[in-house]
Amino acid sequence: MTTPLCDLTGAELAAKLAAGEASASQILASSHERIDAVDGDVRAFLTPTPRLAAERADELDAYLSTGAPQSPVAGIPVALKDVFTTNGVRTTCGSKILDSYVPPYDATAWTRLAGAGAVLVGKTNCDEFAMGSSNENSAYGPVHNPWDLERVPGGSSGGSAAAVAAGETVWALGTDTGGSVRQPASLCGVVGLKPTYGRVSRYGLIAFASSLDTVGTFTRSVRDAGSMLQVVAGHDPRDATSLDVPVPDYVAGLEDGVGGMRIGVVAEAFGQGVEPAVEASVRAAIDRFAGLGADVGEVLLPHAAYALSAYYLIAPSEASSNLARYDGVRYGLRAEGDHADSIAMMFATRGEGFGPEVKRRIMLGTYALSAGYYEAYYGQAQKVRTLVIRDYETAFERFDILVSPTSPTTAFRIGDKADDPMAMYLNDIFTIPANLAGVPAISVPCGLDDAGLPIGIQLTAPALHEQTLLRTAHALESDLALRMRPPLLEDVGT
Amino acid sequence: MPPAGYEAVIGLECHVELSTATKMFCPCANAFGAEPNTHTCAVCLGHPGTLPVPNREAIARIVKVGLALGAQIAPHSVFHRKNYFYPDMPKNFQISQFDLPICVGGSLDIELADGSTKTVGITRVHMEEDTGKTAHGSESGRIHDATHAAIDFNRAGVPLVECVSEPDMRSPEEAAAYLRELRATLEALDVSDVKMEEGSLRCDANVSLRASGADAFGTKVEIKNMNSIRSLERALVYEIQRQAEALDVGEAIAQETRHWDEDSGTTTSMRSKEEAFDYRYFPEPDIPAMEPDPAWIAEIAATVPELPRARRARYVGELGLKMDVARVLVADPSSTVLFEGALAAGADPVPAANWVTQDAAALRNAAGGGGALTARHIADVVALIADGTVSNAGAKQALEASFDSGEPVAEAVRRLGLTQVSDTGALGALADEVIAENPDVVQKFREGKQGVIGFLVGQLMQKAAGAANPKLAQALLRERLQG
Repeated sequence: MTTPLCDLTGAELAAKLAAGEASASQILASSHERIDAVDGDVRAFLTPTPRLAAERADELDAYLSTGAPQSPVAGIPVALKDVFTTNGVRTTCGSKILDSYVPPYDATAWTRLAGAGAVLVGKTNCDEFAMGSSNENSAYGPVHNPWDLERVPGGSSGGSAAAVAAGETVWALGTDTGGSVRQPASLCGVVGLKPTYGRVSRYGLIAFASSLDTVGTFTRSVRDAGSMLQVVAGHDPRDATSLDVPVPDYVAGLEDGVGGMRIGVVAEAFGQGVEPAVEASVRAAIDRFAGLGADVGEVLLPHAAYALSAYYLIAPSEASSNLARYDGVRYGLRAEGDHADSIAMMFATRGEGFGPEVKRRIMLGTYALSAGYYEAYYGQAQKVRTLVIRDYETAFERFDILVSPTSPTTAFRIGDKADDPMAMYLNDIFTIPANLAGVPAISVPCGLDDAGLPIGIQLTAPALHEQTLLRTAHALESDLALRMRPPLLEDVGT
Repeated sequence: MPPAGYEAVIGLECHVELSTATKMFCPCANAFGAEPNTHTCAVCLGHPGTLPVPNREAIARIVKVGLALGAQIAPHSVFHRKNYFYPDMPKNFQISQFDLPICVGGSLDIELADGSTKTVGITRVHMEEDTGKTAHGSESGRIHDATHAAIDFNRAGVPLVECVSEPDMRSPEEAAAYLRELRATLEALDVSDVKMEEGSLRCDANVSLRASGADAFGTKVEIKNMNSIRSLERALVYEIQRQAEALDVGEAIAQETRHWDEDSGTTTSMRSKEEAFDYRYFPEPDIPAMEPDPAWIAEIAATVPELPRARRARYVGELGLKMDVARVLVADPSSTVLFEGALAAGADPVPAANWVTQDAAALRNAAGGGGALTARHIADVVALIADGTVSNAGAKQALEASFDSGEPVAEAVRRLGLTQVSDTGALGALADEVIAENPDVVQKFREGKQGVIGFLVGQLMQKAAGAANPKLAQALLRERLQG
């Protein structure tokens, strides 16, 4: 039997479209079939957009039948984490407070994908306002990991990661503020890329922590990650923090290999808390690099140990301010009832609309920014951030790429860590430093544990060195040649 | 004068809306008086996912203000978020500046009533965004029993400059003089409409009293809601008196914010220091630090015009105008433009200034606008009087015609038959007639009563229907009477 279209990579689909062996509508139909078959269990989607997608696919087929030049993205099903604004399509951020919110504009990243011919299959579930590492903080219930429905997909972009892993979509966008693309990619066995801060416009990405939020991609191959980044990267006059530097070709040099590449193994990343299976799998992958001709050594990031603490001051501080706008005045939820005045209405709305983790972080951030505490908390955290940036600068004097596990563990059971915020926060211990420093990083599947759950390896590169990052990841992916297919899919047929 | 035994210490915080075409962080039009919520977009309504992008023209304008006030333009300056909840603030934080403002230091020289000059220090000038406007709906129109609030977001995101003075003023008069001079300076810079009644210029005052001769400042009180220079002065007079009376009976002054009520002419407490907001300032992560290119600052510096104080000094010192006339000219930018234009066209400064500040000003006031009047008209009036073509009275008439029609003054003079008769022959004949008709007066003149010549000139002017050159008429009469 042939592989369903929705299980192919974007590169394979582009080839089929070019050869006339598939149409955009057929690809979309395959994706819809898969959603129908598995999403009742996986629950990756909050708002599927089948009607819009069908119209779009028909338009594309009509366009392509004229023999018009084809974009490598044309006809590829894409899902968006529900923190990207979509003009006319409900966008919730996984929160009750935006349950009815329909944005009046498109996020730049989505505008660029749509312009290149991508087909939106729907908006995916996520932790409320991207705050979480398990997707259990969604107001709409958790996403289930396609590798084991009892387990979490990771978070906060859990819906996007699960949807790509299960073939419900071919590509997806997520956001990565402290690991929210890389960690769920690792737990769901897909490729998750977090580019350099500022490489992709944040316009239309509903902010969690502005100085850390990064648009990231979920794909089933490193090549696809390059193709997707190619489309979404570049300067945007609507985002003052987007970088005005040329976008290189992210696909051209993928096959150049890692001969002579200096790869630094982050020594601190193999200490306490890392599951033995994770360590073994990542170490085996590192040995592959050596075998491929890379120059592997050990590197220290001495301040990475403080990164988690700094992150949990900076991110909540920014969030406490970013989320202040949800007040029931202009859009979204407005608390019913007889309020004493407008301010009382605003506070009642926030009390009703936000979930417990969001409230926890707003309070943390409000406290950290208070007069008298600012220097001790926010100020100190910014100093740590500077030290983390220097750690990377020093490390990248000696190495081209740094490697570590993406997450200390494989997917854990739903409910296991839900009542222990600190245990949950530790999930992001290896991913957070890259956000503080703004450098690009990628998670690539490198094996399975004894329970058959995916393990990811994280590669990190200097700012704007996505080409090196993708080339290194591609070399490992090719060498490992893993077949990452969740057992769930065996039941729905090939 | 402050109450006996005390010295008032006053500092002002002024907010100035810039008159840029678009808002501070989005492309919406920046315009006063439009239908509510017609100049709004996802960005200035604070929709999820939107980002602020600073308006370069607004930054150029605040740099211009800073340069005009002699401030240092900071090589590194940062926007901060000022966090507090209010329904007319779409993001529930205001993008403002905190410890790294774009303009640091500076001063403004003010003219006092006794003709002396005082230098008031400027602490800082920083950039921020305005909020929307809330109207409370209730039977009584008062906020405390309002049943609903209507918000207009047209003003949300309008570029706002805050200019903070040092506590250098010592009386309400000085504070008023400062505000007048700041307004004139901003007007000359052409960066804002500076209309207090429309809110494009707003002013809060900090005032404290200390015993005369003391060095330490007293406890300061902030007063808000003064909508004109006059109400600033009234509010300060009231507040100084209130504080003096309290201090006289040994009461401590509470550090607080007070609200000026124009109708009752009093201030009332809005909130105390303990109730003051904690704004939780932190650097705005969506906007990179501003590090303006020195070449760009130099370009802006080249556009800073002559400022009011320097202009007044030049008009008096170099052009020989009276200080009163110079003040009137400089206080009104369109008068300045007319006057400078007339000078450029070669007009004699003193008469040109008089025509601009008197007849031209009267015409413009009556018409509620500038009519068809140009600087060329002013220059022509001055020249045509000087060369005797037209009398003062005739010139007034001609200028009025030109004001309406725009025609050159010389043409109006001709069309209206205002040209003075300077023909010796024709006037000579009239002079002969006047002498023949007034033998008594002629006799008096010849007896030494030279003053009666005025009567004879008047008679001649009457015969010439006003179109005679009075100087020539007098000369011809004298020639005949003395010859």
